[in-house]
Amino acid sequence: MTDKKLSQDQNFFLRILKKQIFIPISALLVLMLFNLIADPTFFRVELGISSLGYPVLKGNLITILDNASELVILSIGMTLVTAASGGQDISVGATIALAGSVVLRILCGTDTLTDHIHAPIIVAFLACVLVAMLFGAFNGVLVAYFKLQPMVATLILFTAGRSIAAWINNNTLPNNTDPRVGYYGNFFPGIAVPSPILIAILFMIVTALVMRFTKLSLFTQAVGINAESSRLNGINPQLIKFMTYVILGFCVAVAGFIKVSRLSTINYSVIAKDIEMDAILAVALGGNALSGGKFSISSSIVGAYVIQFLTITLYRFEVPAAALPAYKAIVVIILVVLSAPVVRKKFAELKKNFTAKEAN
Amino acid sequence: MKKKLTDSNLLLIITIAVFVVMYSCAVTMLGGGFTKPQTFLNIFNENAALIIISCGMSLVMITGGIDISVGAVTSLVCMCCAVHLDFKGGNVFTSILIALGIGLLFGLVQGFLIAYLEVQPFIVTLAGMFFARGLTTIVNSTQFNVENPQFKALKDTRILIPGIGSYNKKGIFIPAYIEIGVVVALLTVAVLFILLKWFRLGRSFYAVGGNAQSANMLGINVKRTKFFAYLICGFLAGVGGFVYFLHVGSGSPSHASGAEMNAIASSIIGGTMLTGGSGNIIGTLFGVMSLSTIKNIVASLGLDDAWWTNITVAAMICIFIVIQSVVLSRKNKSSH
Repeated sequence: MTDKKLSQDQNFFLRILKKQIFIPISALLVLMLFNLIADPTFFRVELGISSLGYPVLKGNLITILDNASELVILSIGMTLVTAASGGQDISVGATIALAGSVVLRILCGTDTLTDHIHAPIIVAFLACVLVAMLFGAFNGVLVAYFKLQPMVATLILFTAGRSIAAWINNNTLPNNTDPRVGYYGNFFPGIAVPSPILIAILFMIVTALVMRFTKLSLFTQAVGINAESSRLNGINPQLIKFMTYVILGFCVAVAGFIKVSRLSTINYSVIAKDIEMDAILAVALGGNALSGGKFSISSSIVGAYVIQFLTITLYRFEVPAAALPAYKAIVVIILVVLSAPVVRKKFAELKKNFTAKEAN
Repeated sequence: MKKKLTDSNLLLIITIAVFVVMYSCAVTMLGGGFTKPQTFLNIFNENAALIIISCGMSLVMITGGIDISVGAVTSLVCMCCAVHLDFKGGNVFTSILIALGIGLLFGLVQGFLIAYLEVQPFIVTLAGMFFARGLTTIVNSTQFNVENPQFKALKDTRILIPGIGSYNKKGIFIPAYIEIGVVVALLTVAVLFILLKWFRLGRSFYAVGGNAQSANMLGINVKRTKFFAYLICGFLAGVGGFVYFLHVGSGSPSHASGAEMNAIASSIIGGTMLTGGSGNIIGTLFGVMSLSTIKNIVASLGLDDAWWTNITVAAMICIFIVIQSVVLSRKNKSSH
C-alpha cells in the first residue's frame, strides 16, 4: 500500500521533472529565492507618482515585468519560427528599429522635434504592423520558398535593417514629446500598472486563444518535425513556415511600438540591440529544441522572464551594465548544461544506482 | 563525390569571378585610388584578422555548426594583451602566448560543451560571446592605446614588396607594403587549405557536416571531429585577435563588434553553406576580399554614410544566397 503510494509520488515528481517547463520555472524560483534571502524587501510593491502626476505601482517586480514585455512578445513569435523552420530569425532587433522608425516618421511628419502628433496613433501603429509584417514576409519567402537556412536569410535584414531605419527618417533622430505617444510604453493616465505589462498580458491571452482554437500549433509542430510527411498529410509546409515569419513580424511590430513609446524617440544603432540574442535565448531556456519540432510557448515566456529577472538581480548587486553579459553567460551555461540530454541521462543513471543501493 | 566537388568548385569560381569583375569595374570606372597596388594590398592589411577569423568560422560551418563568439574573443584578446603590455609590463612574446591561450581555452570549453554534452552550438557560443564581451569590460572598461616600444616596433613593421608600388605627386617611388598580420593570415589560409584537402581530419569535417550518421558508420569519430573544429576555430579567434591587436594597437570593449557576422557573411559569400558539408577556404578568402572591396567602392562613391555600406553589403549577401540556392536546386534536380 505505502509502496504503491510512494511510487505514485515518485511518478508525480518524475512527471514534473520531465515537463519542459520545469527547468525555466525552477530557474525562476531559484532567482526569486535568492533575491528574497539577499533582500527581504525585494518584492515590495509601492504606490508612487508617475511623471504625469498619477498614482502608479513601483517596485522591482513591476520593473522586471515591465522591462520583460518586449522580450516576452518576441519570444512568442520566435518560438513559432524556431519550431516550424528549425532556425532562428536574427533580424528582429533590426526590424524593431525599422518598425519604430516608421512609427516616428508618421507621428512626427517631417519635423525632427515636435510636441504634437501629426496623425492618429492607431494609423502609426497599423503602418508599423504592415511594414514589420512585410519584412517578416520577406524573410518568410526566403526561408519557405527559396529554402534558405533561416539564419542566412535573416542575415540580410540584420545587416540592412538599421540602415533602412535611418534612411526612413533621413538619418535624423526624431523626437515627439506629445504625452499621448508615451502612453503605450509608460502609463495610461489613471491606470496604475505599466502599459507594456498590460499589452504583454493581452498578447499572451490572444496567443493562448489562437493556439486553443486554431490548428496552428499542431501544424507548426508537424512541419517542424518532418516537413515532407506533413506535406503528404495535406499540410502546406511552405505556407506554415511563411506564416510563422509573418506572425513574428507582427510580434516585432508590437515590441517596436512599445520600445519607441517608452522614450518617444529612437536611436537606430542602439534600440533593441542584441534583443535577437535574448529572444533566442528565451526560446532555448524554455527547453525548446533550436532545431525545430515540438515547442512550448509558455516555457519560452517563462524563459524570457528569467532573463529579465537575472538582469535586474545583477543590477541590484551593482554589476556594471557592460559586464552584465559575463554573468548572464555563466547562468546560461549552467542552465543548458543541466538540461542537456547527455547530462540528464547521466543524472538519471546516478539516481537509479543510488535507489538500487538504498533498496539493497 | 566528384559531382559534389564540382559544385563547390562552381561556387568558388563564381565568388572569384564576382570579385575580379567588381575590382576591375572599380579600377576602370572609378580609377583614382583603385589603380594603386597599395589599395589592393590594403584590403589584406585592413582585413588580416577577419580573414583568419573567417577561416575558423568556415571550418565550423563545414561541420554544420556555428561559432558566434569569435568577435567577442577577438575583443577580449586585444584587451588582455593591451593590459598585459602596458600595465603589467609584459613583453610581446608572453602577450602572444596569452592571445593563443585565451583562444584555445574558449575553443576547448565550447568544443567540449557542443561535441560531448551535445548542447546546441548557437547557444553555447552565444554564451561564449556574452562571457567574452562582459569579461573584456571587467578587465578594463575604457579604450586605450598601447605604448610599449617593443610592441610598437612590431606594429609598425612593414614588409615591402619589391618592384611594386606607385609614384606620388612629387614623382618619388613609394613601394607597396603589407603588414605582418597579412603573412599570418595567408599562412592560415594555406595551412587550412592543405588540412581540408589532404588530411584525414580535414576530410572528416566534410563528412560530419554532410551527414553525421553516415560519417559515424564510416568509422569517423564524430564527436572528436566536431570538438576539433571548435578547438581550431577558437584557436584561430585567438590568432585573429592578436593580428587585430597588431593592426589597431589598442584595447577597447567595442573592438571587433559584429566581426562574427562579417565572418559568417564572408564564409557564405565564399560558398560555405550553413547546413554543412560543403565549403572552401579559398572561397572564404575571396569572400572577405569582396566584402571589403564593396565597402571601399561605396566609400569612394561619396556615399560615406554607414547605412549605405550596410545596405549594399546586405544586397550582396542576398545576391550570393540566390546564386547558391540556384546551384543547389540544380544539383538536387540532377540527383533525382
